Amino acid sequence: MEALSLLQWLIDGLIGIGLLWLAWRALFCPELFKAIVLFIAFGLLMTLAWVRLKAPDVALAEVAIGAGLTGALLLSSWAKLRGFDANKGMGAREKNSEQAEQKTKRPFFHGLYAIPLLLMAVGLGYGVLQLTPYATGLSAVVAENLDASGVSNPVTAVLLNFRAYDTLLEIAVLLLALIGIWSLGIRPSVREATPDPVLDLLTRFLTPLLLLVSAYLLWVGAHAPGGAFQAGSVLGAAGVLLILAGWRLPLSLAGLPLRITLVAGVSTFIVVAVLTMLGGAQLLAFPPSQASLIIFVLEITATLSIAAILAALFLGSRPDHSEKI
Amino acid sequence: MSIAILYALVGIGLFCLGVYALMIHAHLLRKILALNIMGSGVFMVLLALAGRTEITPDPVPAAMVITGIVVAVSATALALALMLKINAITGRAELNDAEEK
Repeated sequence: MEALSLLQWLIDGLIGIGLLWLAWRALFCPELFKAIVLFIAFGLLMTLAWVRLKAPDVALAEVAIGAGLTGALLLSSWAKLRGFDANKGMGAREKNSEQAEQKTKRPFFHGLYAIPLLLMAVGLGYGVLQLTPYATGLSAVVAENLDASGVSNPVTAVLLNFRAYDTLLEIAVLLLALIGIWSLGIRPSVREATPDPVLDLLTRFLTPLLLLVSAYLLWVGAHAPGGAFQAGSVLGAAGVLLILAGWRLPLSLAGLPLRITLVAGVSTFIVVAVLTMLGGAQLLAFPPSQASLIIFVLEITATLSIAAILAALFLGSRPDHSEKI
Repeated sequence: MSIAILYALVGIGLFCLGVYALMIHAHLLRKILALNIMGSGVFMVLLALAGRTEITPDPVPAAMVITGIVVAVSATALALALMLKINAITGRAELNDAEEK
């Protein structure tokens, strides 16, 4: 028993130190590309930390979104920045930006910045150490009401029943971010190329598998770790893979059908919210007898919308424009 | 000190590292990385404090963190698009006030 707990402390200590070290390297190593790769590694180590903190739902979301999609987004933006630099007379520009980075390094002032930050860290740490070592929070309340929620996984119950309002707004935020990107009018990248045969073959194998995993996560979310966000991000990752392999949405689907998929999640949520209010209940207060069905419908549309929005975020420009090239 | 408190302290460390990097770097991609690490630190504090129990941890912070991760990725995507736009207009992936001093 003693040895086991020592081993656990060792693992947790290593994960903690590894996280801080990776974060430090990701933030301060001089090469941007290396920094991004280190950040992806940081996301993967975060996943381990979530598992250690007994939050497998969060670990699933982190590995698909935090490490996977964010990493892909950062790398593709980095490649676009470099492509831009290369277009504009290579060497001079790169040197310029390096000089600019050198110029802004003023170690003396940076040391001064560190002092209030250290004070802040000490204050926050002191605050955490003052907290009671044991607290159950709201888990008892959630467990009491779990039977009425329609699902048996407490995290899904919170996300789609008790705090469904948060999830409604969250999908709205995703949609807003996409509208923001589309309204910037960024020109689509013209890298229309025949995909690498290996990548092409890999995509053909992986896409059905990702579809299957996504459907499984969606279904299992009702009673085990999983759910709409994890399923949506796996499906979105399949979309990202297809985009990387050079596949594009056919023009006939890039217009209205795509837009309907993008807004399906949030509009289903709003319809359900209005219906519950018309039924005399509060906003998004589901009747216990139908809660299971309502949650399932919400999750399916949310999964499709999240996947479409995430893939569109990765594409970075309106697909109907890029089709014309 | 329990394991939950250890992770909460790591989370605070990550947050402060992120704030520091956000202040000293001029390059916008680095600022976006720093914001993401700050966010991870906050999530870690939230979940670590939810784990201060012997039985199953509080599901409410876990749900909040899942929501937070999805919001963070959409904010990152928007920030990266803005960065590319700034780079296309000014030729530099930095904000203007960096060169005034």
